[in-house]
Amino acid sequence: MTPVRYRVLHETRYDYGSLVSLSQQQLHLSPRVLEWQQVEEQRIDIEPVPTWRRDGRDAFGNPVTWVAFHAPHEMLFIRSMMTVAVTPHLPKVLEDSLPWEEVRDRLAYDATDPLPEDLDATRFLFESPHVRIKHELAAYAADCFPPDRPILVGAKALMAKIFREFTFDPEATTVSTPVLEVLENKRGVCQDFAHLMIACLRAMGLAARYVSGYLLTRPPPGKPRLIGADASHAWVSVYAPGSQQGGSDWVDFDPTNDLLPDTEHITLAFGRDFSDISPLRGIILGGGGTEPDVAVTVVPLDEEEIPEEMLDEPDSEADEA
Amino acid sequence: MARTLLAIYPNSPRRYDEMLTAKGDVRPHWEKFLNHLDSVAPEEMRRRIEFAEQRIQENGVTYNVYADPNGADRPWSLDPLPLIIPPDEWAEVSAAVAQRATLLNAILADLYGEQTLLAEGLLPPALVYGQHGYLWPCRGIKPPGGVWLHHYAVDLARSPNGRWWVIADRTQAPSGAGYALENRLVISRVFPEMFRDLRVQHVADFFRDQLDGLTALAPVEGDEQPHMVLLTPGPYNETYFEHAYLARYLGFPLVEGQDLTVRGDTVYLKTLRGLKRVHVILRRQDDAYCDPLELRGESALGIPGLVNVARAGRVVIANALGSGLLASGALMGFLPAICRHLLGEKLAMPSVATWWCGEKPALDYVKENFDDLVIKPAYPTQMMDPIFGNELKGEARADMLRRIEARPHAYVAQEVINLSQAPTWSRAHERRLLARPVGLRAYAVTTPDGYSVMPGGLARVTTGAGTRIISMQRGGASKDAWVLTNGPVSQFSMLKPSVSVRDLVRAGANLSSRVVENLFWLGRYSERFDDSARMLRVALSRVVVGGGQKTPVVVWAMELARRLGVLPEIGEDTEIKEGSEHELLEAIYDPAQPGGLASNIRSLMWSATHVRERLSLDHWHSLNRLQRDQQAALKVHPTLTEAIAFLDRVLGVSSSLTGFAMDNMTRDDGWRFLIVGRRLERLSFLAMTVAHFLRMPSSRCGGSLEWLLELSDSIITYRSRYSRQPELLPVIDLLVFDDSNPHGVIFQASVLMRYLDRMARELGVNFGEGLAAALDRLHQFDLERLENLEFDSSEDCAPCEELADLLQGLDRAASQLSAALGMRYFTHVGDVSRQTMAV
Repeated sequence: MTPVRYRVLHETRYDYGSLVSLSQQQLHLSPRVLEWQQVEEQRIDIEPVPTWRRDGRDAFGNPVTWVAFHAPHEMLFIRSMMTVAVTPHLPKVLEDSLPWEEVRDRLAYDATDPLPEDLDATRFLFESPHVRIKHELAAYAADCFPPDRPILVGAKALMAKIFREFTFDPEATTVSTPVLEVLENKRGVCQDFAHLMIACLRAMGLAARYVSGYLLTRPPPGKPRLIGADASHAWVSVYAPGSQQGGSDWVDFDPTNDLLPDTEHITLAFGRDFSDISPLRGIILGGGGTEPDVAVTVVPLDEEEIPEEMLDEPDSEADEA
Repeated sequence: MARTLLAIYPNSPRRYDEMLTAKGDVRPHWEKFLNHLDSVAPEEMRRRIEFAEQRIQENGVTYNVYADPNGADRPWSLDPLPLIIPPDEWAEVSAAVAQRATLLNAILADLYGEQTLLAEGLLPPALVYGQHGYLWPCRGIKPPGGVWLHHYAVDLARSPNGRWWVIADRTQAPSGAGYALENRLVISRVFPEMFRDLRVQHVADFFRDQLDGLTALAPVEGDEQPHMVLLTPGPYNETYFEHAYLARYLGFPLVEGQDLTVRGDTVYLKTLRGLKRVHVILRRQDDAYCDPLELRGESALGIPGLVNVARAGRVVIANALGSGLLASGALMGFLPAICRHLLGEKLAMPSVATWWCGEKPALDYVKENFDDLVIKPAYPTQMMDPIFGNELKGEARADMLRRIEARPHAYVAQEVINLSQAPTWSRAHERRLLARPVGLRAYAVTTPDGYSVMPGGLARVTTGAGTRIISMQRGGASKDAWVLTNGPVSQFSMLKPSVSVRDLVRAGANLSSRVVENLFWLGRYSERFDDSARMLRVALSRVVVGGGQKTPVVVWAMELARRLGVLPEIGEDTEIKEGSEHELLEAIYDPAQPGGLASNIRSLMWSATHVRERLSLDHWHSLNRLQRDQQAALKVHPTLTEAIAFLDRVLGVSSSLTGFAMDNMTRDDGWRFLIVGRRLERLSFLAMTVAHFLRMPSSRCGGSLEWLLELSDSIITYRSRYSRQPELLPVIDLLVFDDSNPHGVIFQASVLMRYLDRMARELGVNFGEGLAAALDRLHQFDLERLENLEFDSSEDCAPCEELADLLQGLDRAASQLSAALGMRYFTHVGDVSRQTMAV
């Protein structure tokens, strides 16, 4: 199984319009290492130079960077550049996974000591800031999970149902649109579909986590360009113990594109939902406009030509962006 | 003995009685007190209760049910009879409370660290990961000294067999210790002899322990002194009184989120003289709102970056961020096993029987025994009142059961306890005691030697004999709790602690910018309300003298009041109707009238509330009385005479406020800002009053000069100097140029310049230049030009216009000065941080 190598460039620029006197930012912009993903190279360039910086890991094991700016500034430019290698990791046979009720029961508390992997999965079993657990959600997912259906078959059916019934519409929602509203209006973007699918799974008593990352920007010849390729993307990971070769108990689903992510999805971080791993979250004092310009470029490294702009020095890039 | 007192006192077999045995005999530890109560004459008792009520009202002890700067606070309700607890019984309670605090601290350490409790199945993940109170960013943070729980409160109740039970744990930011302290100060004076003779344990040691405990944990470096602050969400919080009260008692600056700022991994207080590092934050703000960067992002209340400071171990946050998690009642059933696991001990005091519906057998039990249970939320962040199973009938009951079935892990059921009853004083029945269900909130604080428990606590009784929920929010009353001792009573008092030379603190180096801002506005408003009261009194008295006629001087007075903003502007085509009285009364009493007296009082109270911990009690009493007076008048329709009497009282209070400010406040930077605020306001008022006077055609009427003297409180000085009818030249000289008249323009401007000079020396910035220039120009005005001027008949008066211009220039300089001070030193409440988000 040959890994596919990628170069990713994720640029964010704020033009505040007036002086920001104090700013603190939390960055989830460095990719995490997974069983199927190696990080060969990674760096973050920031302009202006932060007064203070700390790198660490968050409570879910994702790399995180905190920076602070104590001097007045009118713009902020952050560029994360990474080279990663993704190994094929699709589960072989979805039908071989455990019946969904069995997974649900393993996650339920019974006053005995749980298996470590089950306990670990319970972190992604309950409500979180963007994921409510309501009976409407369980009702929506119910027909995907008839008795004894293997959990991955059920999850795939749920993903397909969301893809079929929902319309991709960037104008319909914001980062704070509640998941029940998305369910009602049947429109949204990748974050919304991921949150919705997670909420449905958790409402069924299953563990599901939110994954942020990237898609290949330009499709290989003959394949359609995937939705969400020009920005950071989000999808879902479902806890299905024992169903993956190579040790992982989690299997990814992309409800925005109705497919199981393999070597065309690059993982940045995972958490309970968007709020745990927002790529760039900050608090500023002062400033006018706070709408950022975000640009994401993902290029496979085995392609012959690497676009010009990806070879440029960060400084000259900053002026153009 | 005591037959009258007990004539209607019920002895219920369903409840334990704190005072009587089942047979109806008085318990030994109550005997002395009851005999004493029996021996006090009714009128003496009435006098004592009045004292207690007065003290509560004057100290402004409130519990905000719906807080409003205009005073919707409810006065604290305190029953005069203490709850008496004998020494041996308290020893057990106290040990059990300390053990429970130790246990809860160990649980927090585990859940934010290794999580062995989850790994061993001793606690369901739902009660940790399923709670909004579990703050993920705080996972892995180890607070200084390994202490998460610095202060802890626990609600106790006694079952019919006399045993104490835990009803609820408070681990977020427990309230009530300050109210308990205030209750003690009041009740120990209502029954001073009993307090002494019964050997009641003092509570002051508890607060010293709290200070010592926090001091010991403070992450100081080198020879730094620990800098500790009390963080409040602000005056709208229901227990704000207590925040201010405790801050003053403990000697901590009372700060709001915007007073603190994080630089790197250190948190600082913004003071007038720059940033000053903070080592300990005693927080009364819920943890989720403490850092918008990593916790709830929409909150403007927090301190961005605080979690990072905690991560670096550079601040003690008491209680640690994330500790609110343990307030869930659902935990109670798991505590006995956890106690054995973590402490290797048996849990000393049982919790009220609790079933967490997330476990199947528990859910079945709850469904079968619904009538005997009270249903509560499993997560403290859920908004839900307790529901008594037997009170739910029909559809509501079925609905509740369906909700529990759908999300069983979100509910707990508890056994309904028949609380014990304690005697309370009845005002309706003279010399008759009533019985009310009672509960006790006990407090523990961390110290280097383990947890210290307050002897006593906050006892609370329900409103009625049958009420089942004790809640101050629902109008219950509180009681002092007297724990008796066989040993000596500690004489320690926080009010006179022993301080070494090293501990000496000199005036206000740590004043926060926000406090300074509010003191400045307190100064301005206290002058402004004095000015408006004086103006309205003079106008009203002219109306009374004129018998309601629109005499020329009344017309003039009303116009001047309008120009100065005390009365509302009138549009070009609105006729001034007959009701000048009506308009004046509205300006006096109606807070909705901008610029009027009532609205100025409201603003004054608002700024005073924000710096309450800086004002002396007497100062506060005066303000409180003022507001009560004005509010009382809103309900009736005062006559003109009553209104004048009210204005007299207002001006009396005003001069006592001046007295407090001059005699009782420390001369620190904050005081200087207060005085600068006052001077600036008075300077503007005087300058503009005289300027308008000189320009207004309606001033040309007999009596206006006398009016002007009265308005500026200078009439006595004038009479003693000139003993003749007021004339323009000497009046202007006295009100503008005489530098010995405290109600004169030049006097005010010169005093203001002196304070500005002092501030320039100490803070290194000079703000006085514009004012000095305007003052210079005024000095150059040639007074001789006003000689022999027939003011009343001269329609066109060039020197008058010129002088008015100069005075107006001075007013402008004053406004610019105010803006410049604000720009340089103030927090700018409107300038809040904002969240940004990019994907």
